Amino acid sequence: METASGSAVATENLTRSFGRRRAVDGISLGVGAGETLALFGPNGAGKTTLLRILAGLLKPTSGSATIGGVKLPGGAEVRRRVGVISHHTLLYEALTARENVEFAARLYRIPDFRGASERALDRMRILDRADSPVRSLSRGMRQRVSVARAMVHEPRLILADEPFTGLDVVGASVLSQLLADVTQSGAAVILVTHNIDEGLALATRVGIMDGGRIVLLDDRASIDRSAFAQRYRNLVAAGA
Amino acid sequence: MKPTALSLAAIAAVIVTYIRAIFFTPLEATQGPAQKILYVHAPAAWVAFMAFGLVGLTSLIYLWLKDERLDRIAESSAEVGVVFTTVVLITGPLWGKPIWGAYWTWDARLTLTLFLWFIYVAYIVLRGAVEEKEMRARYSAVLGILGALLVPFIHLSVYLFRTLHPRPILMKPSAPSLPEAMLVTLLLAFASFTLLYTALLRARYRYAVERDNGQNDGMTHAG
Amino acid sequence: MLSDAWLIARKDLAIEFRTRSAFLSALVFALLGIVIFFFAWDSSAVSAIDLAPGVLWVIFTFSGLLGMHRSFGVEQPDRGIDGLLSSPVARESIFLGKAIANLVFVAVVQAVAIPAVGFFYGLPLGDVALPLAGIALLAAIGLVTVGTLFSAMAVNTRFAELLLPMLSLPFFVPVVIPAAQATAKLLSGRPVGDAVPWLKLLLAFDIVFVVACTLAYPFTLEE
Repeated sequence: METASGSAVATENLTRSFGRRRAVDGISLGVGAGETLALFGPNGAGKTTLLRILAGLLKPTSGSATIGGVKLPGGAEVRRRVGVISHHTLLYEALTARENVEFAARLYRIPDFRGASERALDRMRILDRADSPVRSLSRGMRQRVSVARAMVHEPRLILADEPFTGLDVVGASVLSQLLADVTQSGAAVILVTHNIDEGLALATRVGIMDGGRIVLLDDRASIDRSAFAQRYRNLVAAGA
Repeated sequence: MKPTALSLAAIAAVIVTYIRAIFFTPLEATQGPAQKILYVHAPAAWVAFMAFGLVGLTSLIYLWLKDERLDRIAESSAEVGVVFTTVVLITGPLWGKPIWGAYWTWDARLTLTLFLWFIYVAYIVLRGAVEEKEMRARYSAVLGILGALLVPFIHLSVYLFRTLHPRPILMKPSAPSLPEAMLVTLLLAFASFTLLYTALLRARYRYAVERDNGQNDGMTHAG
Repeated sequence: MLSDAWLIARKDLAIEFRTRSAFLSALVFALLGIVIFFFAWDSSAVSAIDLAPGVLWVIFTFSGLLGMHRSFGVEQPDRGIDGLLSSPVARESIFLGKAIANLVFVAVVQAVAIPAVGFFYGLPLGDVALPLAGIALLAAIGLVTVGTLFSAMAVNTRFAELLLPMLSLPFFVPVVIPAAQATAKLLSGRPVGDAVPWLKLLLAFDIVFVVACTLAYPFTLEE
């Protein structure tokens, strides 16, 4: 699973507790360069917590995680390799789309922050609204800016937590293409989603989390779509 | 709650101290009976500051060890401490009026105690405003440490204010050298108040433990 | 680390500049306060020189609080703070950046309020402009350091607007007393040397609390 490209992420018995509740319970998985792991699971399964740990927002209670071979929390170098897409936009409403993305580019020490921002906004087809305040943009447009923001520093590991939220058809297809392109160039993606079709379309590996644990982890090729959909529906219904 | 040996001992000690203070300790020449408030005022002040010292110390160690027992000690010490601080702030003016003719004269030590009271209240209000246990402990610890750092600065500010400001010379109520009989009573008062503080701290701590365990059981029930 | 802090400060200031609401509120509050104090003043009993320092530094405190509240408030709506925390920037830089933005905010309000006091109360502040600016800067640093830290905590609690003043005001006291006393000394024509003990206290406060609050900031984050 480990490669030299720096995009590989691996966890070993990763656990995170909040008081007595184990949100993430002994997770061991790995995602290599060029791979996309689609992670499904009912609400409260711990998917977001797992991503937050990898994003550097939470520390594990026990166990370990490495990104590009560096153990977390690794410091600035590790952070620079990771891009975070969330269902929150992480944007500042009062600033323009361009200002938001340029700010992120500068946070990530990109030398040509203006050029990189322009390209990132263009790739998400939102360059024409680049100089509008985010406040004036629709939810779908904001999400596009948010993705541009996450990708401006060309991360090698993308953590996407329900990134299709709010995107319209065009936005969703742009994002899908982007995620596919980026794995072509060797980046790794962990995609948390409830949308089976979107997730399976992009995935090279598929996982299901429930109650903090991995209950399924397999290559995409081994998954039969309708059987998987049934199993997932049963799981979600059981927890409801 | 069943009274413990410690709390009975503390109450006994306090009673003995005050019987001695009222009936068996001589009157002070210039101040008369009012001076006897010293035996409540000074020990209460000692406990007030010591309690906050404990809050500061447990706060510091908590941020290092993250043991929730330390947070409970801090919480208990703060609630007990604020009561003693209030006693100081009430007995101070009660003593001041017959002696100085005014309830409040911005005496340096009393003013410092007033600010200690404000810090205590801020600490307790902060705890009330945060519901999540871990966040509450962390935030309280930060405030506890910063509050402890603040106390010397308030003291310096007030001290500088008094020395650089021309003021009428006021009689200082606590003379540094007391006659032996009074000194013994005073030391007894310090000891019994410390005992009382410890008993109250323990009782409040035990209440916090029960409350937390009750909450946890409730959580596992619902989970 | 400082360049990161400056980057974050500029971002915060850009946001404030766009909306301007907090800045205008603070400014209007300061000016209204100055005017109200004027009308509450009996000029035959108290001279302007005696009144002005108190007015100035009380206004400074409360208008400063208005600005600091939004410091971490801007990060709340869309979880911008997660964007900062998942970036290569150090936690301390985030705190320093926001403190610097608050410092600029407070400094601009002071730059209007202080001349306004001189104007409305007929005081020749021009003569003492330079030392006064020095006091204002030192006081602003102390105010902003503590206020930014507590703003980071308060923003996650209930009653955030009430909690921030409750937590901060005790800490503002060792800032306001030296600032007001030093200002009074300057206005009554005393040599600058008279104000020096106060300035030393203010400087000591600033150094201790800049360090303490920067170190404490990571503990206000859930990790």
